[in-house]
Amino acid sequence: MNNVFVYCELEGTKVADVSLELLTKGRKLANQLNCQLEAILAGEHLAGVEAQVLPYGVDRVHVFDAPGLFPYTSLPHADILINLFKEEQPQICLMGATVIGRDLGPRVSSALTSGLTADCTALEIGSHEDKKAGKSYENLLYQIRPAFGGNIVATIVNPEHRPQMATVREGVMKKEVLDPNYQGEVICHEVAKYVPETDFVVKVIDRHVEQAKHNLKGAPIVVAGGYGMGSKEGFDMLFELAKELHAEVGASRAAVDAGFCEHDRQIGQTGVTVRPKLYIACGISGQIQHIAGMQDAGIIISVNNDPNAPINTIADYVINGSVEEVIPKMIKYYKKNSK
Amino acid sequence: MSLRIIVLAKQVPDTRNVGKDAMTAEGTVNRAALPAIFNPEDLNALEQALRLKESHPGSTVTLLTMGPGRAAEIIREGLYRGADGGYLLTDRAFAGADTLATSYALATAIKKIGAYDIILGGRQAIDGDTAQVGPQVAEKLGLPQITYTEEILKVDEEARRITAKRHIDGGVETVEGPLPILLTVNGSAAPCRPRNAKLVMKYKRAMGAQEKAAPACHGEKTLAYPELYEQRPYLNIQEWSVKDVEGDLQQCGLSGSPTKVKAVQNIVFQAKESKTLTGSDQDVEALIVELLANHTIG
Ligand SMILES: Cc1cc2nc3c(=O)[nH]c(=O)nc-3n(C[C@H](O)[C@H](O)[C@H](O)COP(=O)(O)OP(=O)(O)OC[C@H]3O[C@@H](n4cnc5c(N)ncnc54)[C@H](O)[C@@H]3O)c2cc1C
Ligand SMILES: Cc1cc2nc3c(=O)[nH]c(=O)nc-3n(C[C@H](O)[C@H](O)[C@H](O)COP(=O)(O)OP(=O)(O)OC[C@H]3O[C@@H](n4cnc5c(N)ncnc54)[C@H](O)[C@@H]3O)c2cc1C
Repeated sequence: MNNVFVYCELEGTKVADVSLELLTKGRKLANQLNCQLEAILAGEHLAGVEAQVLPYGVDRVHVFDAPGLFPYTSLPHADILINLFKEEQPQICLMGATVIGRDLGPRVSSALTSGLTADCTALEIGSHEDKKAGKSYENLLYQIRPAFGGNIVATIVNPEHRPQMATVREGVMKKEVLDPNYQGEVICHEVAKYVPETDFVVKVIDRHVEQAKHNLKGAPIVVAGGYGMGSKEGFDMLFELAKELHAEVGASRAAVDAGFCEHDRQIGQTGVTVRPKLYIACGISGQIQHIAGMQDAGIIISVNNDPNAPINTIADYVINGSVEEVIPKMIKYYKKNSK
Repeated sequence: MSLRIIVLAKQVPDTRNVGKDAMTAEGTVNRAALPAIFNPEDLNALEQALRLKESHPGSTVTLLTMGPGRAAEIIREGLYRGADGGYLLTDRAFAGADTLATSYALATAIKKIGAYDIILGGRQAIDGDTAQVGPQVAEKLGLPQITYTEEILKVDEEARRITAKRHIDGGVETVEGPLPILLTVNGSAAPCRPRNAKLVMKYKRAMGAQEKAAPACHGEKTLAYPELYEQRPYLNIQEWSVKDVEGDLQQCGLSGSPTKVKAVQNIVFQAKESKTLTGSDQDVEALIVELLANHTIG
């Protein structure tokens, strides 16, 4: 009872990365709250699937395995959560801010009249005082999220209603195995007890999914390199920074043409358009065709040894320096200052 | 046979072009500095509705919006493009609503409108940015839902089934569901048609009661042509209060909202007044610490 739950998304029988990231975060929250971490898996042919999630420190795995549960449709999955939560009374429920999570979460929150916070970028535990009502609360989930087109960051709490529900985008939290041999209980539920037959009214009649190699388009942070990176090895440095920041690597056309980086990472007029909240341009001069693909970024940092590089005019932060010097320092000081 | 279609549309501040004065000195959003617009994805939803109206003669498109008196503009914009009518849900008691209280209010108004076959909304509003209201309205009305719709492919009125193409992570899906149903429409769906000049002439003086009561808002000292509103009833945009839709006050506005905003941080960075740093250890570390503190990086 009153545990932390994570709804795990499945593509076939593979658990989505975003769900594993949330299990990692959920484990930390459960430790802080002194409670257990539970995972929900709903789909078809799920024998053995718990092995993918247990290593993240899951104490109980709820498996719902029945025909019609994959591909995902709204009503059956919503009823699984609604009815399970009525029994289990979770204090927190996390899910991916994916197409599935954003379809499912609001439906469940509406049925349980619990609050839901979308697209959180940080989750913390803290206290809250409601001065008007003269009440104070301990151990609430702080749900921190951007809103207003990314122009503000709000901290949201749900003082009275449970579960406290939040969605989080892929790549925002870190994925970390806790213990490859972690022991948890596996509960196989009788699906018909949770899902009435009438839920299967929406049919998926055709479906195409391509496994993306990277998620440059949707990445909240992009580290992009240009011709000024000098070499493929220079780009290795960017991949290292990107790994630390949970970012994706992008490139200018000059860098792609020079063979520093694959073509599918090119940003600009003839490449992909990105709208990350943070764009770090390293050794990119900022020609108009490149700017066309990134000008809607929230914050732009330019690292360039030419103080007059055109990109500097649209940058929020200009670091006058060589990439060889600055990028390793960014990695170093990120490691030092992030928890 | 024909379809009764309701379109949910929200008036939003244009958060896409935020300038220097978009934030007040206290760090709150200066709504007055941002133009109020038709939420972009709601225009995509309206277009899907108008297309159905064309392919299913006799169908009606009704707009529903919740907001202050000036949100009647949303209804007018809909009428200019071919909608048949609309309702403005407006009451101080609706203020401060989170998505749950918003969807409760919209659902009660939809019940008051009565019979419908299809409810269309945008995927997401550009101010709250949650994409939660559509599915919550569907749940409150006990309807199935299709979110992230790219295109309505077919409505079979006899079988009462709808087929739609929707966007999913990394691909597309075609789904089929029963009527009545709620759909939310993506920004990548077909753009909305422009205003129709004849309809603009016909409806440009359409107003809600609050707008009529405050002629100064539309640049008039007193309401011009008051008699028009009796002669042409279609110029009266219907306003509904909590009472009109028999709403439960406990479930509306701030009191009906489980989520509370505890703190808001302004992250508009002096709107492109760039800071220049050197590559020194000190400067780079200070920047990283600043980005961590304002949650730009985590
Ligand atoms: C039709 C057309 C379509 C195009 N489409 C695209 C597109 O989609 N995307 C795209 O990116 N380009 C596109 N281009 C090309 C574009 O015009 C530019 O040529 C290209 O963007 C330049 O890339 P760059 O900034 O990496 O290289 P450069 O312009 O060579 O800039 C290199 C920068 O690195 C800096 N630098 C060098 N060494 C260092 C160092 N050690 N440390 C720090 N900084 C250093 C330099 O000061 C300079 O500012 C297109 C061009 C055309 C004509
Ligand atoms: C900084 C900030 C953060 C917030 N975070 C949250 C949060 O995490 N959780 C939460 O529950 N609430 C949150 N809210 C409150 C939320 O913005 C409001 O409840 C808002 O009324 C509806 O949410 P939305 O703008 O996200 O709409 P969305 O859910 O994104 O809208 C989807 C669609 O629903 C329809 N729709 C939405 N509102 C209306 C309306 N008024 N009239 C007609 N149709 C409408 C439209 O078709 C729209 O395209 C937040 C508000 C602020 C200011």
